[in-house]
Amino acid sequence: MEFYRSHVLICGGTGCHSSGSADVMSAFKTELEKNKLENEVKLVQTGCFGLCAVGPVVIVYPEGAFYSGIKAEDVPRIVSEHLLKGRIVTDLLYHDSVQEDKAVKSLDQVEFYRKQKRIALRNCGVINPEKIEEYIAFDGYKALGKVLTEMTPEETIAVIKASGLRGRGGAGFPTGLKWEFTAKAKGDKKYVCCNADEGDPGAFMDRSVLEGDPHSVLEAMAIAGYAVGADQGYIYVRAEYPIAVKRLTIAIEQARELGLLGKNIFGTDFCFDIELRLGAGAFVCGEETALMASIEGKRGEPRPRPPFPAVKGVFGKPTLLNNVETYANIPQIILNGPEWFQSIGTEKSKGTKVFALGGKINNTGLVEVPMGTTLREIIYEIGGGIPNGKKFKAAQTGGPSGGCIPAEHLDTPIDYDSLTKIGSMMGSGGLIVMDEDNCMVDIARFFLDFTVDESCGKCPPCRIGTKRMLEILDRITKGQGQEGDIEKLEQLGMSIKSSALCGLGQTAPNPVLSTIRYFRDEYEAHIRDKKCPAGVCQALLQIMIQADLCRGCGLCTKVCPVGAISGERKSAHTIDQSKCIKCGACLEKCPFKAIVKG
Amino acid sequence: MSVSILEKDKEKFAELKRIIDEYKEKEGPLMPVMHKAQELFGYLPEEVQEYIAEALDIPVSDIYGVATFYSQFTLKPKGKYSIGVCLGTACYVKGSQAILDELVKELGIKPGDTTDDLKFSLEATRCLGACGLAPVMMINDEVYGRLVPSDIKGIIDKYRSK
Repeated sequence: MEFYRSHVLICGGTGCHSSGSADVMSAFKTELEKNKLENEVKLVQTGCFGLCAVGPVVIVYPEGAFYSGIKAEDVPRIVSEHLLKGRIVTDLLYHDSVQEDKAVKSLDQVEFYRKQKRIALRNCGVINPEKIEEYIAFDGYKALGKVLTEMTPEETIAVIKASGLRGRGGAGFPTGLKWEFTAKAKGDKKYVCCNADEGDPGAFMDRSVLEGDPHSVLEAMAIAGYAVGADQGYIYVRAEYPIAVKRLTIAIEQARELGLLGKNIFGTDFCFDIELRLGAGAFVCGEETALMASIEGKRGEPRPRPPFPAVKGVFGKPTLLNNVETYANIPQIILNGPEWFQSIGTEKSKGTKVFALGGKINNTGLVEVPMGTTLREIIYEIGGGIPNGKKFKAAQTGGPSGGCIPAEHLDTPIDYDSLTKIGSMMGSGGLIVMDEDNCMVDIARFFLDFTVDESCGKCPPCRIGTKRMLEILDRITKGQGQEGDIEKLEQLGMSIKSSALCGLGQTAPNPVLSTIRYFRDEYEAHIRDKKCPAGVCQALLQIMIQADLCRGCGLCTKVCPVGAISGERKSAHTIDQSKCIKCGACLEKCPFKAIVKG
Repeated sequence: MSVSILEKDKEKFAELKRIIDEYKEKEGPLMPVMHKAQELFGYLPEEVQEYIAEALDIPVSDIYGVATFYSQFTLKPKGKYSIGVCLGTACYVKGSQAILDELVKELGIKPGDTTDDLKFSLEATRCLGACGLAPVMMINDEVYGRLVPSDIKGIIDKYRSK
């Protein structure tokens, strides 16, 4: 085995890849060869480190130096200074990892990581996801070995049940119970499926696990296969995730080569193999019965339950279906025992949850925190707060099925039950922060527009009901709202919730209902005063020239596409509101900031 | 009509046959075959749907049903460069609508359409999962992040001259 004195870890997750980490990788390769360091320093392309906002991210061990925003042209300096002479290039480090006295903080002391606890993401950003040996070196496939050689299927299920693990896809059903139902179901053939159809806008947790640690999902699925008595697994993954698909394909091949998938695994009678199935851009396929229809090659339309998948699933056989993040927890629970997992989290929600931080927040990226962490800790301590000194307005969790949480609930400890209580839901883990510039009516309209588009059309409450709600919201944002619209939305929302066929329809009204609950005054301002307080809804805006600031330079008249601005040179101009299309071109152009919207 | 296309695309249909043979014996082969067929032809014309129907012994109406249900399958040819602007939540709150509007202006086509010279297709897509870089767009497999409307012309010009 070769030994290296330094390891250079370069993030190859989607975020950093898009910011140019591939160029950084090849620059390192060239520079190391130039300095004849290729036998002393090892380059590793890893999965996501989490801090996508400052990508591409490079970490150099053994020092744990955390370089951020690295470009190819920075690489020669890192190689010649740090790797050759042992001097960390402090000005290229992530700003929070350098203390005031210029000393370098260790990675786990950086504010972004300090409060995190990584279980599902344990290997992301640590190992090369395209090498099974690296996963094995971090206890990979040890849990599968333990289960197959030391435990019965019943004991395996008992451990998962005792751990208190709940489904990480959003609904939070106890995982052990699901395993037990599937194990007890009668059938000559059973399946284990993985839901990797991560469709909630703003959610990329599962993507990062698949890109950064694909083997953890394969191992967990094999464990599940043993526990419920299945010999075939399917991973249903979004086609929009090309890197995840590629790494999963490599991982399955490598596991087969080493006999960790296939026939007689670990020399036992247990046989299990996994096949990838690609989605094709239908959000509803994240719903379990729709997902299974899609695996069968049909239109992804949900069907009523019961029968539940545990009894009648893919191809009519008993099927276990769990989400990516749920699976990623399994090997650790088997290795460390249920008591260890029980000790993390709150009374009814055990373990950790991965969140994708997005929107108006400084540290956009991926975080994993113990259940019970408050929103305030996530947004202000880990997330670094709101950019540009703006005021926090709401956090949206649960995507199109969830709701908006206002500032007054920032100190709620996050778990499945507390989020449901305040009108949102855990969802798969997208957490979008909104500031004072975001209009809550517009956000509700945005989500409904999404569900109307993604509704499969099978059941009328969803197909017709959400469409009617969208029409009302459209009207409100266009300044044609009427008295009684809010009540109509509430009434429609409640009846859709109680009558739609599947989870998509049953939760579709949530974004509207929660914004009405907490931001009713904004709705009223749109309807009664025909004003959008956040200045987002175009039709309710007026663009005006402040006469005292206008110098009459005439720039605005030139850029106005409809000729709505007039005035004498060197005297204040005016906008003809009947002609103005509110494009805002004049506003951007004015050198004296004399033009405002409101 | 169908004969002439078969003549022109003989090689492609031979490849399609090979793909179908590979998946035929597996359970639920339709979606993987359609994915591969679309990769091969760029879209799913009627002839291709009929060919798959025949080979897998599935009614062509079912195949049409699947093709129209999923947004990634397309019955029309796409442009050489397929532009997808992310309208996921994180991108939306950071102004991706303005990016899409700018592209509509620059290319002169609506979302869902292709330019007459078959060079560009424009789509408003679902979350691409690159929320850390919002707002983002994708041109084929290339991701462009932290966009402002004034970036658009330069990027499109780069592809125009390719």
